[in-house]
Amino acid sequence: MKSLLLPPHAMERRIVFKNAWTEGYTPDIDCYIKNGGYAELKKALGMKPEEIIEEVKKANLRGRGGAGFPCGVKWGFIRRDDGKPHYIACNGDESEPGTFKDRYILHNDPHQLIEGMAIAAYALNVNLAYIYIRCEFPKAAGIVAKAIEEAKAKGFLGKNICGSGFDVEMYVHQGAGAYICGEETSLLESLEGKRPYPRIKPPYFPAVLGLYMSPTIVNNVETFCHVKQIFAIGSDEYAKMGTPGDGGTRVMCVSGDVVRPGPYEIPAGGVTLGELINDVCGGMKPGRKLKAIIPGGSSSKILRAGEVFKMKTKGPDGEMIDKEVPLLDLVMDAASLAAAGTMIGSGGVIVMDDSRDMLWALNNLNEFYAHESCGQCTPCREGVLWIDKMTTRMVNGEGTEQDPKTLKNVADNIAGRTVCAFGEAASWPVQSFLQKFPEEFEVSGK
Amino acid sequence: MDTHAAHSTVSTGPRQADQIPADLLAKIDEAVTHYPVSKRSASLPLLHLWQNHFGFVDESGVDWIAKRLDLEPINILELVTFYPWFRQQKAGRISVRVCRTLSCALAGGYEVRDAFCKAAGIDPKAPMHGHVPPVSTDGKFSVEFVECLASCGSAPVALVNDDLHEDITPEGTGKILGQYN
Repeated sequence: MKSLLLPPHAMERRIVFKNAWTEGYTPDIDCYIKNGGYAELKKALGMKPEEIIEEVKKANLRGRGGAGFPCGVKWGFIRRDDGKPHYIACNGDESEPGTFKDRYILHNDPHQLIEGMAIAAYALNVNLAYIYIRCEFPKAAGIVAKAIEEAKAKGFLGKNICGSGFDVEMYVHQGAGAYICGEETSLLESLEGKRPYPRIKPPYFPAVLGLYMSPTIVNNVETFCHVKQIFAIGSDEYAKMGTPGDGGTRVMCVSGDVVRPGPYEIPAGGVTLGELINDVCGGMKPGRKLKAIIPGGSSSKILRAGEVFKMKTKGPDGEMIDKEVPLLDLVMDAASLAAAGTMIGSGGVIVMDDSRDMLWALNNLNEFYAHESCGQCTPCREGVLWIDKMTTRMVNGEGTEQDPKTLKNVADNIAGRTVCAFGEAASWPVQSFLQKFPEEFEVSGK
Repeated sequence: MDTHAAHSTVSTGPRQADQIPADLLAKIDEAVTHYPVSKRSASLPLLHLWQNHFGFVDESGVDWIAKRLDLEPINILELVTFYPWFRQQKAGRISVRVCRTLSCALAGGYEVRDAFCKAAGIDPKAPMHGHVPPVSTDGKFSVEFVECLASCGSAPVALVNDDLHEDITPEGTGKILGQYN
């Protein structure tokens, strides 16, 4: 990835990516320890578990997988002393189109992940943890498995880690090409060796009824790395880097029609969309203008160039005032993107220029969702196939005048009617493309 | 759910279960130990080990894995038909998986797919997305589309066997295939 080979941009602050692309840095444990690795695990093992969870809460770490749930709050759902076995499942099924950050951690800095997971395991009284890695990262699976062996040999995993009396075993589990396994309950079904149909919530919140029906914490790869970094930096300092309620840094993955696509680690809320595209990524390709931005993975609602959002912001005297915020002035944090009617999601920003056909782009995404629907819920299983068929015929010039209306109708009837959020994930692109670019979906004369 | 999945296992040639080498058996035994709570959890790892060795999973493989894990064959077959990665038929010795999804498509992923087909001697009009990818007549290559490979910043990309190739141009596809024998 070329952008990672460049020195960090002035707006970047590489923390979880600090070593991943440093020249001479290797994924083996000697290199990791030489760079201060496993010091935070030792520190954490000297703390009380509840103190660790408190630190993660104070750091305002939000999950980096897409849903953005506060990590410390999630951990707080686990009762250490409930007498049940507890598990951790790390979600390394990175599959949301537009997202490409975890792959670099898994390939280049696996011990950072293992250390973060070991800290979490101690805090949550977990003796068995799995790292679920999509099988399209075959080399990563080997690298992480080797790293686990190394950590075990040095006493950071296995029995009585660092002489603390605490045991934790860790294993790699490879997926098999299904996007749905990134959904946390689907991931658990897959880990149990079943067809990965998502479980319904309630009652199957992983923290209550997770892997093998026991309390389980599922966090994204990047999230566990941030856990390690919270203990390296200190929770106050870490929280300060971000915005209230969204601490630390966030890897923004930019792809599409910009000069320098790539993953950029930036303090949460530390950059606007305009700065990210025009400054960090070097702007649009020569001679091209911005047309549309998908800001948080393919499931997030699309934004149109020139849009202005009405939102409440804090005025100079601290009172809330109404303000008009143009698209490129939108701050890249969870709250601002939610106020603009979309989401920061997994941090996958897909930028499209004025040469792009929105019907074609939506059809590409529809084909993705049609391929990836697990088929458990009827509205999704049937709906996404019809949505894909409709946009395919529209792209082929065989659409009918009613198609845009029917498309919206089908999407509206998937969202909210499925066991998991895949229904929304597949519907939101359809709804937002139609809303933001209606003129590109008009079919005349049929 | 892969709508192109074949729902019956096609077997040609000798049964895979009759040809399990000792090192595969050892790997299988080791994988099962990773799941002390439930052997069933070893289903996917065993299918991966099987497919990595044989290239695909035949009916005897489904039965053998089910028996090894004290399951019914349907418990394994339903995984083979669900997960796009698993094959029930032989693919090319060299497997080319081109990313189809938006960021790669914006960067020319479809043209790269066509160019790979041409370089491999495969009809680009062949169905490209399913458990049964088109294979070149010499059996050397299979080329197929897969969904997002999570390398959108270096699009277009393709996975050739275990290697990720980034920033691919249609002109560069022949050279990439030339690296594999």
